[in-house]
Amino acid sequence: MRRAAVTAFSTVAGVVMLLSFKPHHSDSPAATAPSATGGTGSPSASASTGGSRTGSYTGSVINTRYGPVQVEATLKGGRLTAVKVLRVPSENSRDQEIARDAVPRLTQEALHAQSAQIDAVSGATYTSDGYVRSLQSALDRAHG
Amino acid sequence: MAETRRTCPPAEAAPRTGLRHVEHVMGTVFSFDIRDPRTPAVTGALRAAVGWLHHVDALFSTYRPESAISRLACDATTLDREPEVVATVLRLCEEAERRTRGCFTAHPGGRLDPSGLVKGWAVEGATRILRDAGVRNVCVNGGGDIQLTGEAAPGRPWRVGIADPCRPGQVLTTVEGRDLAVATSGTAERGHHIIDPRTGAPATGLLSATVTGPHLTWADVYATAAVVLGTAARQWISGIDGYRLVAVAQDGVVPGLPPGG
Repeated sequence: MRRAAVTAFSTVAGVVMLLSFKPHHSDSPAATAPSATGGTGSPSASASTGGSRTGSYTGSVINTRYGPVQVEATLKGGRLTAVKVLRVPSENSRDQEIARDAVPRLTQEALHAQSAQIDAVSGATYTSDGYVRSLQSALDRAHG
Repeated sequence: MAETRRTCPPAEAAPRTGLRHVEHVMGTVFSFDIRDPRTPAVTGALRAAVGWLHHVDALFSTYRPESAISRLACDATTLDREPEVVATVLRLCEEAERRTRGCFTAHPGGRLDPSGLVKGWAVEGATRILRDAGVRNVCVNGGGDIQLTGEAAPGRPWRVGIADPCRPGQVLTTVEGRDLAVATSGTAERGHHIIDPRTGAPATGLLSATVTGPHLTWADVYATAAVVLGTAARQWISGIDGYRLVAVAQDGVVPGLPPGG
């Protein structure tokens, strides 16, 4: 049980970073997900605007093995200012507790990196999965 | 002063600044963060740099049976029949083994595998492609190993957060620099994946080692060797000109940083 709980924690934390934030309003350029396949050699598919965006961006609903997860990110001048949880897994109370724990903590971490004006994050060699959970991923998305 | 007519506002006349790109290749993720005006030359250089990463993957991947490295490992080809960069990388690996006194190896478990050097070297190569095309301000991050060029903004150096191996998602400390490489190796994410080539046993001395210096190829090699060396790494790196170490011990304590900092 404890092992499952830990897995759920990291899954939820990972999923929050995984979400592709899409704008509420039509005048903001849509955030693009990184190319998952690679191999084309062309960066144009996911090269994105470098402008400073402001607004709320709702992530797609991601179905995890623990249930659907959806968050909303607020950007001000391209900077991540808030992350609001719209949906968390609710199959059992333990998962809910984990999600409540995990998401606010992650919010604080992402905001911490933003406020410190960090341009990039160096960490022990990560896989694609590790990237999704990384602050570098949050930075790429916030500015992408 | 003579009146000048503008056909369009200056904000539209100037190219927009900044270009970001994320590429999944070599089993990890590369992030490009270019802070120069976005011109066709810059966009073309980015495309070339991404193409370079895929070229490196095709030559050096140990997961692709058709790669030069896979075929060399099973004697299906010889060095003189492969592109020159393959020999270049293998020479760098030999030099890395010498410089680290055997704490780095391109033959883990006896099989040819230069992966420990290739990623940092590939990031340096991608950075060189961008610099040669005239890009002045760029950060290339290959799976957590970073080569910085120029500045993040006029008058502001790049600032790199070093991930805390004990608290995923949090930053341990930051380093700043203009032309600087930052490489981190550790046992945190993938478990004990660094083997001490001298003993064959997993390296357990440090949770994480970050090395800064001018060249990412060497910062990356030194960071891996530092994890193998453990607590002796500090003294070893202090003897290498231009390179510095931030290490996290197994108990989570960072020598040189205040507790909890």
